[in-house]
Amino acid sequence: MAKNIKLNKAPNEVKKRGMWSELWHNYKKNPSAMLGLVVIGIIIILAIWAQFAYDYDTDIVEQHIKERFQEPNAEHLLGTDQYGRDMLTRILYGAKYSLSVGIVSMAIACTVGSTLGLIAGYYGGWVENIILRTCEVFVGIPTILLGVAIMTAFGQSLGVLMWAIGLVYVPLFARTARAAVLPVRSEEYIEAARMAGVSDMGIIFKHILPNSLSPIIVRTTMGVASGILSASSLSFLGMGVPVPAPEWGAMLSNGREFIRDHSYLTLFPGLAIMITVLAFNLVGDGLRDALDPKLKRKG
Amino acid sequence: MHEKDLVLDLQNLRIRFETDDGTVYAVNGIDLQLERGKAIGLVGETGAGKTTTALSMLRLVPTPPGIVECDKLALNGQDVLTMTDKELEKIRGKDISMIFQDPMTALNPVFTVGDQIAESIHLHENCNMIEAQRRAIDMLELVGIPGERAGEYPHQFSGGMKQRVVIAIALACHPQLLIADEPTTALDVTIQAQVLDLMKNLRTKYQTSLIMITHDLGIVADTCDEVAVMYAGSIVEKGTLEDVFLRTKHPYTEGLFNSLPNINDRKAMLTPIQGLMPDPTNLPEGCPFHPRCPYAGEDCRKPQTTRKFSDTHFVRCGAYDRPGFHIARKEEY
Repeated sequence: MAKNIKLNKAPNEVKKRGMWSELWHNYKKNPSAMLGLVVIGIIIILAIWAQFAYDYDTDIVEQHIKERFQEPNAEHLLGTDQYGRDMLTRILYGAKYSLSVGIVSMAIACTVGSTLGLIAGYYGGWVENIILRTCEVFVGIPTILLGVAIMTAFGQSLGVLMWAIGLVYVPLFARTARAAVLPVRSEEYIEAARMAGVSDMGIIFKHILPNSLSPIIVRTTMGVASGILSASSLSFLGMGVPVPAPEWGAMLSNGREFIRDHSYLTLFPGLAIMITVLAFNLVGDGLRDALDPKLKRKG
Repeated sequence: MHEKDLVLDLQNLRIRFETDDGTVYAVNGIDLQLERGKAIGLVGETGAGKTTTALSMLRLVPTPPGIVECDKLALNGQDVLTMTDKELEKIRGKDISMIFQDPMTALNPVFTVGDQIAESIHLHENCNMIEAQRRAIDMLELVGIPGERAGEYPHQFSGGMKQRVVIAIALACHPQLLIADEPTTALDVTIQAQVLDLMKNLRTKYQTSLIMITHDLGIVADTCDEVAVMYAGSIVEKGTLEDVFLRTKHPYTEGLFNSLPNINDRKAMLTPIQGLMPDPTNLPEGCPFHPRCPYAGEDCRKPQTTRKFSDTHFVRCGAYDRPGFHIARKEEY
C-alpha cells in the first residue's frame, strides 16, 4: 500500500542545539563578561571608524608645534603631545595596532601551539618529549627578551611584531592543548573511532580537538590581552611598531619624558591599554565559566 | 572434512605487556576459528584476557608496551598481520567492528548521533556526506530510534538508546565480523533483553559473525552457537553450546556454573570458586587454574595440552590423564 502518512520530519528540520548556542546561553548570564564583550565591541567599532574618519598623514603624524602640550580642553579632549598632535585622535587610530597585534598574534600562537600540543598529547612518547622539551626551552627565556631578539633579527614592522608575539606564546598553547588532550585521548569514544577506521589525523582534529576546545578558547581570549600588553611593552622599549605610528605602548614611552609636567600624556594611552586588556580578560573569565560544566548547573 | 568458510582464523595468539613491574602475560596461546554467520561466546572472569584478544584481532593492542605474536591471524582470508596502517584503517569498521561495553562513554559527546553513524559510512562506503546522513537515519530507524532524533546529542539519549546507537554505528557498513565486548553489562535487565534481541535480528539479517565477550553465561546461551571459556589468558574449554553447557568437562567451567543461582532451588547456597585469578605477571606452573581447583593434583603442575572429547569439544585439563577421572557436575544428554 502506498505510504501517504509522513512519519518523519526531514533531517534538516531536526532541532539542533549545538555547543555554541549552549555556550552563548551560559555566557549571557554573566554581567561582567557581557560588559567585557560590549567594551570590546565599542573599541573595535571605534577603531574601524577611526580608520575612515582620520587621515594618517594630516591627522595622526603631522606636527603642529604651536599647539604642543595643551592640557585636555574642549578642542583637544585628551590634550596634545609634544608635537601638538591630538591625543584622542591618536589613541582612537592606534587601537587598530593593539587590537590587530593582539588578535593576529594569538591566532598564530593558538594555531601553531594547539596543533603541536594536540600532536604531542595524542602520540605521547618521544614525539611528546621533543615538542614539550623544546617548548620548555622557550618558556625559560623571558618573554620580552625573546620578543626583542626576534624583532632585532627580523626588523621592526607590524608583521614581524605579530609573528614575534605569536611565537613567544606558542609554548603556552602547546602545553594547554596537550593537557586538554590527555583526558580525552583515553576516552572510549576515541577507541571507538579508531575501531571505525578513522585515521590518526581524523581522530586528532575531528574527535579530540572539539572535546578539548574549552581551555584553548579561554587561553586564546586571555592571550589577546597578554598579546596587547606584550606589544605595548615592546613598543615602549622602542622595539615594536616603528615611530611615528600611534601605537599605545609607543605613546606611553613617548610621554614618559614629560611625566612630571604633563602626566596626561602617559595616563590616557595607559588607560586605553588597561581598559582593552581588562575587557579581554573579562570575556576570557566569562568564557571559562560558561564552558565549565560544573558551574552550568547553577544558572 | 569440507573446507570451512572461516571469517576469523586465529592461531596460537600470544600477547604480553612489558611493564616496569615485570611482564604481564595477558594471552597465552589461543586458537580461535569462526565460521561465517556463527556466533562464539568468549566467557571468563575479569582479567582473563577476553578484551585484549578481541583488540588484537584489529591490531589495536597498544604497542609498546604490548607485544602481540601469533602464527596466523586471518580475517575473511586476508592476512591482518602484514597489513599496513592504511589497509587496517580500511578494514576497521568495514569488515570488522566492535560494540563497546559502556555506551555512556563510547559516543563522542560533541557530535550528533547522526553524524557519528554517518562518519563510518562516509569513510568506508565511498559516498558523500549527504548520502551518508540519509543512510545514518535509516540505520537509526533499523535499531528502533526515530530518524528525527539523528540531530540530537548523545547526552539526550538514555543508556539503552545509546547502546542502540553504538550498534547502529557498528553495523552501519554491514561488517562480516562483529565483536561485542560485554554489550549489555552497563544496561539494566529489561534493556539487556531488547538489545540482545536487536543484535540477534540484525545478525541474521546481515549474516554477521559474532564474537560475544561476556561473563554472563545466560547471554551466551541465548545468543551463541559456540563457547570458549577463558582463564588467565588461555582457552580452557571450547565447544558447542551443548558441549560446554551440558557436557561440561573443565573444573573451571564447572566452577562458573556452580557460581550461578539455581532458578529451581532458590534457597540453595552459591558455591563460588575459591580464591582469585592468578597475577598475570606470575602465572602458576602448568595449569593456571590448579591453585584454585578442587581436583588439583601433582600432575596439574606439568605443562598442559588440549585434549579433544569430540569433533567440537576441546578441554585443557591434565586431570583427565587419571583413569576414571570426572568432575562432579553431571552430564546431560
